[in-house]
Amino acid sequence: MLQDQDRIFTNIYGFNDPFLAGARSRGDWDGTKDILAKGREWIVEEIKSSGLRGRGGAGFGTGLKWSFMPKESDGRPHYLVVNADEGEPGTCKDREIMRHDPHKLIEGCLLAGFGMGAHAAYIYVRGEFYRETEALQRVVDEAYDAGLLGDDACGSGWKMDVHVHRGAGAYICGEETALIESLEGKKGQPRLKPPFPANAGLYGCPTTVNNVESIAVAPEILRRGADWFAGFGRQNNTGTKLFNISGHVEHPCTVEEEMSIPLKTLIEKHAGGVRGGWDNLLAVIPGGASVPVIPKSICDNVLMDFDALREVQSGLGTAAVMVMDRSTDIIQAIARLSAFYKHESCGQCTPCREGTGWMMRVMNRMVAGDASLEEIDILEEVTRQVEGHTICALGDAAAWPIQGLIRHFRDEIEDRIRKRGGAAQAAE
Amino acid sequence: MPTLIIDGEEIEVEAGLTVLQACEFAGKEIPRFCYHERLSVAGNCRMCLVEVSPGPPKPAASCAMPVADGMEVKTDSDMVRKARQGVMEFLLINHPLDCPICDQGGECDLQDQAMAYGNDGSRFLENKRAVEDKDLGPLIKTIMTRCIHCTRCIRFATEVAGVPELGATGRGENMEVGTYVEKALSSELSGNMIDLCPVGALTSKPYAFTARSWELKKTESIDVLDAVGSNIRVDTRGPEVMRILPRNNDGVNEEWISDKARFACDGLRRQRLDKPYLRKDGKLQPVGWPEALSVVGQKLAGTSGDKIAAIAGDLADAEAMLTLKELMDSLVSPNIDCRQDGTQIGEGPRAAYLFNSTIDGIEDADALLIVGSNPRLEAPVLNARIRKRYLMGGFPVGLIGENADLTYKAEHLGAGPDTLQALIDGSIRFAEVMKGAERPMIIVGTGALARPDGPAILAQSRRLAETVDAVSGDWNGFNVLQRAASRIAGLDIGFRPGDGGRRTNRIIAGAASGDIEVVYLLGADEIDTSALGNAFVIYQGHHGDAGAHRADAILPGAAYTEKEATYVNVEGRAQQTKLAIFPPGEAKEDWAIIRALSESAGKKLPYDSLEQVRARLAEIHPVFADIGEVTPAAWEAFGIEGDIESAPFRNPVTDFYLTDVISRASETMAECTAAARGGNPEKTGTDG
Repeated sequence: MLQDQDRIFTNIYGFNDPFLAGARSRGDWDGTKDILAKGREWIVEEIKSSGLRGRGGAGFGTGLKWSFMPKESDGRPHYLVVNADEGEPGTCKDREIMRHDPHKLIEGCLLAGFGMGAHAAYIYVRGEFYRETEALQRVVDEAYDAGLLGDDACGSGWKMDVHVHRGAGAYICGEETALIESLEGKKGQPRLKPPFPANAGLYGCPTTVNNVESIAVAPEILRRGADWFAGFGRQNNTGTKLFNISGHVEHPCTVEEEMSIPLKTLIEKHAGGVRGGWDNLLAVIPGGASVPVIPKSICDNVLMDFDALREVQSGLGTAAVMVMDRSTDIIQAIARLSAFYKHESCGQCTPCREGTGWMMRVMNRMVAGDASLEEIDILEEVTRQVEGHTICALGDAAAWPIQGLIRHFRDEIEDRIRKRGGAAQAAE
Repeated sequence: MPTLIIDGEEIEVEAGLTVLQACEFAGKEIPRFCYHERLSVAGNCRMCLVEVSPGPPKPAASCAMPVADGMEVKTDSDMVRKARQGVMEFLLINHPLDCPICDQGGECDLQDQAMAYGNDGSRFLENKRAVEDKDLGPLIKTIMTRCIHCTRCIRFATEVAGVPELGATGRGENMEVGTYVEKALSSELSGNMIDLCPVGALTSKPYAFTARSWELKKTESIDVLDAVGSNIRVDTRGPEVMRILPRNNDGVNEEWISDKARFACDGLRRQRLDKPYLRKDGKLQPVGWPEALSVVGQKLAGTSGDKIAAIAGDLADAEAMLTLKELMDSLVSPNIDCRQDGTQIGEGPRAAYLFNSTIDGIEDADALLIVGSNPRLEAPVLNARIRKRYLMGGFPVGLIGENADLTYKAEHLGAGPDTLQALIDGSIRFAEVMKGAERPMIIVGTGALARPDGPAILAQSRRLAETVDAVSGDWNGFNVLQRAASRIAGLDIGFRPGDGGRRTNRIIAGAASGDIEVVYLLGADEIDTSALGNAFVIYQGHHGDAGAHRADAILPGAAYTEKEATYVNVEGRAQQTKLAIFPPGEAKEDWAIIRALSESAGKKLPYDSLEQVRARLAEIHPVFADIGEVTPAAWEAFGIEGDIESAPFRNPVTDFYLTDVISRASETMAECTAAARGGNPEKTGTDG
């Protein structure tokens, strides 16, 4: 279990002052100038060797991502874009950072921006996060007033501007290229890749899009050293991570823990255990709505990290753990997610636009058992036709929960169809 | 040059191509809906998926993927076939299977590709989506339920037409293509969206439910409703032109045509002159050809040559103008003019009246000055080419004359000749732009030249061209933008006043004063026909418009879809129309009418076949021997220095939809005009 002295987010519950004085007392903005003095290369290398993987869901190496930015500017400015469009169902980690520990994010913007040669950072905040935007803006203003941002950020001679931008409430704008489109004032629809944002992103300039948590942990890593961060978790899955535990647990919570902690430990230690005891557990969605559900048998032993969850055909995603006990109608739960993806599909490309609606409608019938047994296979095939055929990952995200359901709870679906069929026959 | 392996075959292609283009190069068919070579890449239909290695183990959209050396592409693997089948299934689940009542049936990409790549049955048991139709004006009919969201129409409107009026609203399966606030599209090129639409969502409103594509006879021809000479295909059924579609010609119209070229064809059915008429007792009476020819022939033979005059209109073909000129020559009449709008060009070298840069050459220019013209209304397809160049960047455009939205950014420099002089003097900033440009381009419109001081303005424009080095090496940046399809051919033939002959305005004045006794109008309707006094007016043409209204004798001719005729476009490119249908009633091909008339006037012309006329044309001017080609014209001095009035230039076209006898007879064009002038009047509920 993570020791208190190893926590990065020391005010995640908002018990203390989230603003500059409080943040400074917790060590934020401490020696930032000295870190900047170590140079751009050092920062990127340090993040690389810390093993930090993107906290937004895909788990791509953060340092590696930064290193894709051109070393020398070809005349175009570089941009850092922070993805604060946290809309993944079950996920609320970035929200807590913006509410209670926002200076970590701002300091991270400076360090990350410096590391990739960017003089401007845009924080794209989910439209619904009105208060969080206000808090963030206040923090940015504070930082400017204190000389931490601006023409001579922290006295380092580096010019750094941070802009806070509110989205208008579309899940798809959390996809990095759709976010860039939206930031440019266009309809939030993912772009084709290549070109990747590191070559042509915001306004056609080299851009890196990072999750709030990825940026917010960077200062602490740079202060304490890559080895410290790499000391947590398993190899290739290092560091600490904010977990959101929700659903049928005694005490739903957000908690910072070591990576690779066993799921069972996580739930029992921090969330007071599953309602009615571990044996009452039905299934867990371990990483936000997009990843496949895992049944209790897997939950018993699985570790909470990228690789372990991938091995069990799920994923760490945003590490939003949604716990469902035996009272759950698992088919309906997944059908609800299908409705979400149908509602949030941007409509640009065919498989997702047409497939999400189709999947949702079939799922809704499955909830009632109003389907035939063959349709389970058809539904499975439809998810395969969507998965991997779309411009962005929303298609995959819509397909995976259903695939997980069919993989682990096929009996349940079949029972319901049979029952309904029997009832229909009896009615005749 | 990267080398890649496509379906096992090694192929070398140019760098920068996409995988889809490379596959086409290798002769592999890649199905697609959203991809179009003249529009930006959207990559949204996902039909063009292929397997590419190295790469992630999933199919890639070939339209958006650049080729790389050593790439291996499979266009027909299991993965690819499955992917296409899947996409096809998704496209069809919400597509109404109403092909039997869909105008796109028979020429529908979705239909064709469903046959080639789709499943044989449906597994979709839910209700299909329905979408409310949009009103996009009098030209485009929408059945939005059929839309597959390829966004070609949106991209066309935004990129090519330059009117960003279409967009997608709503998300996911609720996404709809439309104008958001319902309105008619304000583009002169909107009809091209109908061709671009791969399904039956956008179809032609005037053509709706009138014919099936497979019952139409297709004739490749040339449009004559502006001077661009767009290549068209005339689709006919029996004696009727059902529709007109563009034909690809990269040098001229790429694959676009203007709405007038496309939709004015219903005007070919209305107001037609289908028999000869003679005015008897003040009233036009139908007569037979022999009577008409003998009356007109005697009139011509019995009048002294200097009292006869001929004006050729905007739709006259080269063959008819040649034969009429030779008839007039033999009658010893110097009073002929093919410039019914009074434009004073054609006196000097050929470079003085051509679009010398060529339409294709617009893409090579790096600065543009437009003088007295609104190319958007006078030549929409050419204007699209200017916009295409504009979108490539680094293309400042200046405008002298009436300010207008040209669909690209143009700096309005001034209204009249004074500004032109200021550019020569270098006293305004744009002069530097033109001088600094390597290939500057000047377009002078008829709005600047159809004035009494036209020759002086022409000279002034030439001086400007020389001042800014617009003509150097193989680049000729001096351009005159003609509006009439007949004009260049007329000037090439020499259909203009001979020694001591009268120009159009003096022919009219002469007729009014009695000095001219016989006026021969070869399709000339855009002159003041009420001012012809007591002259005997012979009208040869195909529509009962202003000229026929005033005529004493009417000789019914053929419209451009009804004859084999030669036209020379703005660039000096000779092109030929083909006979798609026969002229109505007793109407005849125009050169043949004049040939017959020459006999009854006792001045028989030596032509018995079209070939003989064309051989003579080629003798007169080499352009007629070189069909389809552009020969650069030599640069020599032209224009006449003289006093210039400072009055502002006025654009000649005020209503794009009604410029000639065919479009004025067209109901569709009348509806477009009404829509453009402020939309359809509100329906009251009592109007049926």
